[in-house]
Amino acid sequence: MNKYTLTHLRELEAEAIHIIREVAAEFENPVMLYSIGKDSSVMVRLAEKAFYPGKVPFPLMHIDSKWKFKEMVEFRDNYAKEKGWDLIVHYNKEGFESGVGPFTHGSKVHTDVMKTQALLAGLSKYKFDAAFGGARRDEEKSRAKERIFSFRDKFHQWDPKNQRPELWNIYNAKVHKGESIRVFPISNWTELDIWQYIRLENIPIVPLYYAKERPIVEVDGNLIMVDDDRMPKEIAEKAKMRKVRFRTLGCYPLTGAIDSEADTIEKIVEEMMTVTVSERTTRVIDFDQEGSMEQKKREGYF
Amino acid sequence: MTKQLIDIKTFLDQDEKKDLLRLLTAGSVDDGKSTLIGRLLFDSKRLYEDQLAALQRDSKRMGHAGEEIDYALLLDGLKAEREQGITIDVAYRYFATNKRKFIIADTPGHEQYTRNMVTGASTANLAIILIDATKGVITQTRRHTFLVSLLGIKHVVLAVNKMDLVDFDQKVFDDICEDYKNFVAQLDIPDVNYIPLSALKGDNVVDRSDRMDWYKGKGMLEFLESVHVSSDRNFDDLRYPVQYVLRPDRDFRGFSARIASGIVRKGEEVMVLPSKKKSTIKSITTYDGELDEAFPPQAVTITLNDEVDVSRGDMIVYPDNLPRIGRHFEAMLVWMDEKPMDPSVQFFIKHANNNTKARIDQIKYKTDVNTLQKSEVDFFELNEIGRVVLTTNKPLFFDPYKRNKNTGAFVLIHPVTNNTVAVGMIIDKLSPDDLPSKISDSHRELIRKGKGLISNQEYQKHYNQKGATIWVTGLHGSGKNEFAFSLEKQLFDMGATVVLLDGSSVRSGLSKELDYSPTDRAEHLRRVAEVCRLLNDQGIITICSFISPDQAIRNQLIDIIGEERFHLVYMNASLDYCKQNKPEMYNDESIQYVPGVDIAFDEPKNAAITLDPANNGKNPEQVIEYLRKKSIFPIH
Repeated sequence: MNKYTLTHLRELEAEAIHIIREVAAEFENPVMLYSIGKDSSVMVRLAEKAFYPGKVPFPLMHIDSKWKFKEMVEFRDNYAKEKGWDLIVHYNKEGFESGVGPFTHGSKVHTDVMKTQALLAGLSKYKFDAAFGGARRDEEKSRAKERIFSFRDKFHQWDPKNQRPELWNIYNAKVHKGESIRVFPISNWTELDIWQYIRLENIPIVPLYYAKERPIVEVDGNLIMVDDDRMPKEIAEKAKMRKVRFRTLGCYPLTGAIDSEADTIEKIVEEMMTVTVSERTTRVIDFDQEGSMEQKKREGYF
Repeated sequence: MTKQLIDIKTFLDQDEKKDLLRLLTAGSVDDGKSTLIGRLLFDSKRLYEDQLAALQRDSKRMGHAGEEIDYALLLDGLKAEREQGITIDVAYRYFATNKRKFIIADTPGHEQYTRNMVTGASTANLAIILIDATKGVITQTRRHTFLVSLLGIKHVVLAVNKMDLVDFDQKVFDDICEDYKNFVAQLDIPDVNYIPLSALKGDNVVDRSDRMDWYKGKGMLEFLESVHVSSDRNFDDLRYPVQYVLRPDRDFRGFSARIASGIVRKGEEVMVLPSKKKSTIKSITTYDGELDEAFPPQAVTITLNDEVDVSRGDMIVYPDNLPRIGRHFEAMLVWMDEKPMDPSVQFFIKHANNNTKARIDQIKYKTDVNTLQKSEVDFFELNEIGRVVLTTNKPLFFDPYKRNKNTGAFVLIHPVTNNTVAVGMIIDKLSPDDLPSKISDSHRELIRKGKGLISNQEYQKHYNQKGATIWVTGLHGSGKNEFAFSLEKQLFDMGATVVLLDGSSVRSGLSKELDYSPTDRAEHLRRVAEVCRLLNDQGIITICSFISPDQAIRNQLIDIIGEERFHLVYMNASLDYCKQNKPEMYNDESIQYVPGVDIAFDEPKNAAITLDPANNGKNPEQVIEYLRKKSIFPIH
């Protein structure tokens, strides 16, 4: 490699910074959706880099389903405080007050009400015209064709047939009132890239990613952690301590853990390279139906 | 610490240093493109176990490859497409080896998906063009190659697939390569490579095939890992298109950009466009510390030593290396929208962080993507490609796409639907309406007044002539050169001061790097016209013998040289006469861009003198009489 060649991580970083700045320049009211997960953490670091030495000129928004792992919420609040972020936490108040949750309503209703509906309401409430998401194209088949600037209509819906051509690094940011763009600055990153970057940059992540003894029950082959007393007793009773970690984070009843000894980033990567289970399969919600991610995207979920 | 842990650390340390190769795969499902990609992904061990399990389940229901694993099914994304069994959009795939990370833009092959391929090609460093060994070079191959060349991809691999179906026969491979070489020679692709393989059986994909021991080159993956692409970037011309102005507090005013080309260095003097104000670079700031220099495609922030007004869309450059600055330019345009072009619409144009409006002044021609034939059209439909002239509301700072992708590319956005309806690549030639505004008469006079000590009158008195250009046009073989040389001789003998310019003399030096494509031809003639202008300004008569086939080009010549000085002589000979006269030019099918044959020759409408060489019209006397009558030479 000659002197003027970037490594793949630095090239991906430069691409993402360019995308993030472009949104800040072209949109009136952008927001960065922050899921507390590792991809979000990388995305937030990239935003900090994009505007250094200035502050990130848009808020972060976390859609709280009220069923996130406790450690996630703790991490979110501490990190936001330490960094001085403008953080909006939005949740579906109605859904929460009427007690919607995965145990009582099933994963489909819960996801729809507490995640999808909450997200759409949050975006509408603040009239955001662009929302960053930390999705990556290699996560799932239907995302392989996703644009970096993904157009959403007035109802936040995604029409796979009505997406704009995207060439070079020129992004079309024109929207009519009410329409919006979802922006995916880390589209071209793989899971390995994310871990390498976290390691390279020393980015703090939620401890749930590291293996530890945790109270676990097996539900339909998924390892579910008992995170609070909302889990029905008859299930929670079967919990046993097991050394596990999480490859993705979400609502605790819907997020399966894996048996693991990996308690450092190096070990996580090593495990990833040798243990072959692709990451999204530990998300219970995907088992609903084939092409389910595509369906969710059409409805406005990421 | 265990030994394994050290290994993974070393692995990660090394892995972080990999570079990135973006590639495009072009071909159709039938060529085994998806199978090739599937195998690259699979064999490079980046496929996870459960994806494979899902695949085996899917294959039973909709597989197309019998009992074997259908690698193609790994790739097709959206449900509808899977049911149709074809991929209809650009899908991005990722894989890595311990040498490189790869991003594949996987695009469908049929003609109706030209726009998808153009999209995938826009970010690729390299293209794999798939050929079915049982079919050889077909129309689709030519179309794909043309698009790859149009989008400026510098490296092509011709993957001759399905070698297993032709018994791994070297002759089949060699014939296909030969065929392709002949075709690709007309296009602008500097690096072409050939690999025989069988994606289905795995020969020469990752592992070298022992069934083709006659092939001594690299297997596909090995080739992709080693191909050298980093020098493809333009490190020569600093183009720093300001994307974002960063003003966190009163003391810091930074200008952020992803460097389009060139190297930005701390302390260097720079110029801001369009204001042309100069300053020096005070710092190159990043989150990870200050830099002494930065290069493409880094995204950095610079500060300047002076309070210069800079906003988004401005371009920071070195003062001795400016881009073109203009509102008028020519471009190759690809129409991407389902709805045909309405040329009366004022589009939004987005170019190098600049947003303004653009209108299409003229459609010069449409290029048939299969035959490369040009034809006249009034508008473009979906997937059509051609050359247009555009005018923007605000000046843009651009370079020819060929030289600089980042400052030569733009998109057009429809003002009502907001859709990206077209994408364009700027051509390295000034447009007709640009030239008069750039080099106006008043401008020229100013320059002359400032420098010259000899007046026009003095020149005229000295030479007994007025500076003028006799421009001889006509097809190859119409006798232009013969005529021009005898005209020169006669004028010279009569005491005139003349300079003769013809194709071979100019192309041997001044236009050495230019070819015969319409773009280069236009640039070549522009240079000739500029030389004429300089000589005419100093009282000298120039005789030019050039085909100059296109009326628009001739109009440009007039703009440069000046209407009063430009005198067109048209050698009006029939194509048959010319073919007889110069058979070597017309009979050799490998020669491209022959005016009157495969590119148009516009009959000049404003010739001062039209001669008929077939009927003895070769005598310069008529021209000499014309010059005398116009008091060009002699004046007295």
